[in-house]
Amino acid sequence: MTQTQRSGARPGSTAPTIAPGSALAALRSARSRSRRRVGLVGAVLAAAVVLAFLATVSLGDYPIPPGDLLTSLVGAGPARVEFVVTRLRLPRALAGLAVGAALGLAGALFQRLLRNPLASPDVIGVGAGASAAAVTAFTLFGLSGAGVSAAAVIGAAGTATLIVVLARRGGPGGGLQGVRFVLIGVGIGSALLAVVSWLMTTASLTTAQQTLLWLTGSLNGVTWAATTPLLVAVAVLVPLALVAARALPRLELGDEAAAALGLPVERARLALLAVGVLLVAAAVAVAGPVSFVALVSGPVAARLAGPGRGSLPHAALVGALLVLAADLIARHLLGDVPLPVGVVTGVVGAPYLLWLLARSRTRGAT
Amino acid sequence: MTASTVVAPGPPRTRRGSGTATTLLVAAALLAAVVASLAIGPRALPPSVVLDALAAFDPTNADHLIVTEVRLPRTVIGLLAGLALGPAGVLAQGLTRNPIAEPGILGLNTGAALAVVLAIGLLGIRSLTAYVWFGFVGAGLAAVVVAGVAGVGGRSATSPATLALAGAALTAGLGSVTTAILLTDPNAFEDYRFWQVGSLAGRDLGIAAQAAPFVAAGLALALLCGPTLNALALGDDVARSFGRHVRRDRAVCGVALVVLAGAATAVAGPIAFVGLTVPHVVRALAGPDHRRLLPLAALAAPTLLLVADVVGRLVAAPREVQVGIVTAVLGAPVFVWFVRRKRFVR
Repeated sequence: MTQTQRSGARPGSTAPTIAPGSALAALRSARSRSRRRVGLVGAVLAAAVVLAFLATVSLGDYPIPPGDLLTSLVGAGPARVEFVVTRLRLPRALAGLAVGAALGLAGALFQRLLRNPLASPDVIGVGAGASAAAVTAFTLFGLSGAGVSAAAVIGAAGTATLIVVLARRGGPGGGLQGVRFVLIGVGIGSALLAVVSWLMTTASLTTAQQTLLWLTGSLNGVTWAATTPLLVAVAVLVPLALVAARALPRLELGDEAAAALGLPVERARLALLAVGVLLVAAAVAVAGPVSFVALVSGPVAARLAGPGRGSLPHAALVGALLVLAADLIARHLLGDVPLPVGVVTGVVGAPYLLWLLARSRTRGAT
Repeated sequence: MTASTVVAPGPPRTRRGSGTATTLLVAAALLAAVVASLAIGPRALPPSVVLDALAAFDPTNADHLIVTEVRLPRTVIGLLAGLALGPAGVLAQGLTRNPIAEPGILGLNTGAALAVVLAIGLLGIRSLTAYVWFGFVGAGLAAVVVAGVAGVGGRSATSPATLALAGAALTAGLGSVTTAILLTDPNAFEDYRFWQVGSLAGRDLGIAAQAAPFVAAGLALALLCGPTLNALALGDDVARSFGRHVRRDRAVCGVALVVLAGAATAVAGPIAFVGLTVPHVVRALAGPDHRRLLPLAALAAPTLLLVADVVGRLVAAPREVQVGIVTAVLGAPVFVWFVRRKRFVR
């Protein structure tokens, strides 16, 4: 009340009589300001990802000075340095980058599509499907390497298909609406995780430990054999995801409004789900279900950049940054014992999300 | 119709059959499950032997020993864990107003698990009797953190999504710490991987006696929470307008939830799915009134646990599949079926 009186009393104020032109100008300036912020945040995130990437390649038991690093990346460095960089560190760093970007993007896609901050692929059972298939492959069938990766992809895709089919045939009003899909996913996910637990009790201690390592999510010992297919998959899937995501703003208006705007609602939703699942599958196949990245990247990106279309690439950048930084910490935290990256993403991500929740609550936002 | 009848906060009478019949049905199912749990196992015993073992126990008879030393403790443990888990699920879903809430999703199981791993790994404790207390403390601390972060008991209303998200965050964080300890300590891992599936086997009646007072207290508190949960279901503001003291009510029911979840995890390990499935099943039988849901869930959850345990004894005999795995594998289709029904999701 006093606010309007005071501003009304001020000469030249626009509050009491808004001319249509000035309102438009205000809207435009607000929009360009938010666009500038989105761009700035994106640039800062990208720079941070590059820094983390370079640090991953240069730090380690055999530290590589920045000068040697650059020359060996273009293939003109000392042979020894070049071996360490291109054979050992580069595949791991690129895998971390791709895994993080894929998980971050997929998580944000799922969360926006299903309109539920909890609906990241690791919560709704896609990750559990990949885990169950992979653990079955190496505890029961003794597979390793590419066999386990293939099993993880098949498991993720199969679980997602099962969930979609079950959610779709739920009678009239069924479809892929958020709540039903999420609930069915949670249900199937818990059953699959129980199967994983049982497999761990039947296996030998060594196998069970390898299982645990894989289940946590680890980049230890990643080679080009695993990284190259991952990079190809991500290079194909990320543009597809961004194209499919152009339907998101209309989907977020609700099914009827989206259909009225000429959007084939079910098809758009299926396309988004398919891309998201494949992204998760590609990442999990290489690194295992790295905890927390998919769940936390979307909310973090949205908070940094402001909600809107810009937040999907941002989520991918946040995911990549998270995995690279966590892997750096995991490798060096305990000295000789290299921890899996999933331990650090969980330990660092959890307090951050808790703090975010507590802070946004006291500020009155969601 | 007068104004006073309009504002009465009681929920509408349920349309689905008479309450007594439903209760009797569920109780009969529980009785049958108890009998099955005592009578069925990998070693086939005629009913007369089972009866003899209970009525005229002969310590030199191996068959009698199977009944009293193996099947009876399992049955009692299953009853206790079920009595705790069913109402805990109803409480978790009612308090958070979230259909997928259960002690697991709120992070209580992971809290208990971390405490147990710390006990095994750092303190070198290797007895189930001691795990009870650690599991308890862990679940309690996790609940305090989740409630604190989500602002349960704060001035503003707690959003169910925030609460569930806080639980998920805690689950991931504590799970990572647990993993880090297990990866560096193979001995702790060896013990933990058998504890973490949730089982009724290998526990003696001492553990049951230890946990029983907690289950009883938690159950008594939970049964008092029916009206609170009914009011909270309408939203904090409406509940307040009925004169409910929302913060205090939530805290009381939260304590009941922690005690029950902690006790169940302590006696049987983290058991997936019972807390999630049972509330949905009894809601389908008895409607949305929490005053009826809580006791019905307390009867239905032990039934599910005992049946699952019997199935687990037989399905891979002579090996056995732990009850936590059977409940998850049996419970998932049931849960999916309920979720898929037309009117489940508005």
